[in-house]
Amino acid sequence: MEQPITAQADESALVAAFEARIAAGESIEPKDWMPERYRKQLVRMMSQHAHSEVVGMLPEGNWITRAPSLRRKMSLIAKVQDEAGHGLYIYCGTETLGVDRHELLEQLLDGRAKYSSIFNYPTLSWADMGVIGWLVDGAAIVNQTILAKTSYGPYARAMVRICKEENFHKRQGYEICATLANGTPAQRAMLQEAVDRIWWPALMMFGPSDTDSPNSAELLKWRVKRKTNDELRQRFVNLTVPQAIAIGLTLPDPDLRFDESTGNWEFGEIDWTEFFQVIKGEGPCNRERLAARNQAHADGAWVREAAAAHAAKQQRSSTQAA
Amino acid sequence: MSTTDTTPRYEGQLPADGLTVTGATQWPLWEVFTQAGKGAPHEHAGSVHATDAEHAMQNARDVYARRGEAVSLWVVPATAIVASAPGDAGPFFDPGNDKAYRHPQFYKVPRGVRVF
Amino acid sequence: MADHTEVEEVHEDSAADVTSAALEVAPYNVAGSRGPRFGAPLVEYVLRLGDDRLVLGHRLSEWCGHGPILEEDIAVANLALDLVGQATMFLGLAGELEGAGRDADALAFFRDGTAYRNALLVELPRGDFGFTMMRQFLFDAFSVVQLDALASCGHAQLAAIAAKSLKEAKYHVRHSGEWVVRLGDGTEESHARISRSLAELWRYTGELFERDVIDDAVEAHGIVFDHEAARARWEAIVHDVLQRATLEVPAPPIMASGGRRGRHTEHIGHLLSTMQSVARAHPGATW
Ligand SMILES: [Fe+2]
Ligand SMILES: [Fe+2]
Repeated sequence: MEQPITAQADESALVAAFEARIAAGESIEPKDWMPERYRKQLVRMMSQHAHSEVVGMLPEGNWITRAPSLRRKMSLIAKVQDEAGHGLYIYCGTETLGVDRHELLEQLLDGRAKYSSIFNYPTLSWADMGVIGWLVDGAAIVNQTILAKTSYGPYARAMVRICKEENFHKRQGYEICATLANGTPAQRAMLQEAVDRIWWPALMMFGPSDTDSPNSAELLKWRVKRKTNDELRQRFVNLTVPQAIAIGLTLPDPDLRFDESTGNWEFGEIDWTEFFQVIKGEGPCNRERLAARNQAHADGAWVREAAAAHAAKQQRSSTQAA
Repeated sequence: MSTTDTTPRYEGQLPADGLTVTGATQWPLWEVFTQAGKGAPHEHAGSVHATDAEHAMQNARDVYARRGEAVSLWVVPATAIVASAPGDAGPFFDPGNDKAYRHPQFYKVPRGVRVF
Repeated sequence: MADHTEVEEVHEDSAADVTSAALEVAPYNVAGSRGPRFGAPLVEYVLRLGDDRLVLGHRLSEWCGHGPILEEDIAVANLALDLVGQATMFLGLAGELEGAGRDADALAFFRDGTAYRNALLVELPRGDFGFTMMRQFLFDAFSVVQLDALASCGHAQLAAIAAKSLKEAKYHVRHSGEWVVRLGDGTEESHARISRSLAELWRYTGELFERDVIDDAVEAHGIVFDHEAARARWEAIVHDVLQRATLEVPAPPIMASGGRRGRHTEHIGHLLSTMQSVARAHPGATW
């Protein structure tokens, strides 16, 4: 039986020690003491991230069977495969916090969990494979490069591995874009159409504006996040606009202009109504994405059970033999 | 008081070997160690789920060695790993910190002796 | 006289049975081993190697994002990547040998189904995961035996590709074989499912070991493949795994055949209309 007062005193001392470690730039490891709230926030953020990687396989997987050259087919398979790996690495990270992948998958499948809004948009042409690699993976890199310095060790280590792979994703995406940009008029039109469609959803990937981001302050304090959504979004725009110009693309934003004084590319207002609508499950493909995940999970149940049953039989016969 | 149990958890009670599986829920976790080159140490790379050692090995290969990151792999049931507790950190490791005489720099070499 | 002619005609038909199919559909002339363009049988032969792997790799890639567990999504993608990679090398060589300016992409994306030379086994729709793995295993076991033989054949370029591919195939058969064991031995449901898949697939295995004029013709290039010996090695691998999987070897049915001559199942058309849709919508484009 615990005495509440002592427990509280203990707790605040522990929190103080914990925050001192964070302030000193130490990384927190699975068995270290951590405030329950920190653990919860991490699980929330990491599982959303992992779900995004896994659901993110679907829009691009949609074009694997139609990739127009063998080289593109292989790059795309390898990229989508990496995303499965990213999901896996991060789920493994949550498992160090005592949360099973299984538990998180259930949350994804029954629609409780969130994932990146961008994957609820359809992929409508081959050019989307270029633009997604360039913009969506590009945005992911901006996010994840910072996350590689997050305070939770297993998350940070997963991010380091992921960032290395994301660079391949972005490069292959931009290469597709550049090739289309140098291609036939039909290819150029296909590319521009995809950029027009994907640009704004890509900007939304950084999440709501800082003023509207309920978890930001706490995440920043504990160095789970190291930069605000708006800072990261601006960084992304600054990096991306020159890349668009380099291949002769027009970005669909009449307000886009370079501000000499700040060195930033100023951009127009994001349609937050659309963003929150997609987040709430009313995006163009939310239902399809969840249905596809559920289908795969249900179709795979007998396979997972069979492997488990076989292992159990093997185990029984080896204990009997022993 | 907040407790953070960070031991990997599985559905149901596990026997000591930690390998009993319930396929309906989740396969057991295996820790993966990769050796980057011949002669290098095996280092922790991450983990995979698998029902048995052969599949754990195959999954480890596909997940952690598909870019040629490894020349050798170890897979270990996560439950078989015994980790030092953070509470032990002081008694376990601090005493190693002030034993300067264990390091070569502690000892003086007479002037003029160049290569040592 | 009339009688004599008739007999001759019958004889010609049966001899042509094997070759004429190729003659009809191939854009190049394959008039048997004594045709005017001696290189053609070799092209045919290498196309068979490439098409098997391209079509199977394509079928596997359909699983991307829909596997039973994340680890397997990654594993299946690896198999698909290896196979498409092998196909790229074989088709590249076929194009080179053909000498008509067609590269691997031209062969993959601008040939109709009837010009494809893959075995029927690999073009069947992916089915459930058990069907996919059983098909994979039956092919992988064949592929290992085939590549092992070709790796030491007298055609240097072909041998080099085979040797490289063999390493991959050896891992593939391990992966698919272990799955067959788990699914066969696993639960009642998995046993029933994979038994059904095995029964469905078995009639497509005979074609892998069929020998025709192309096989005869390429012996002149140092490519000697003993189909009967290969079948025996394949059976040894397959029987061993089926036994571990507690699965019965099916009774020999009448085997399906035709893919090597362009006589496919209807599935090939749908597969290719998906695969080739973007490339064909933009002829001459670079990607
Ligand atoms: Fe990713
Ligand atoms: Fe990515």
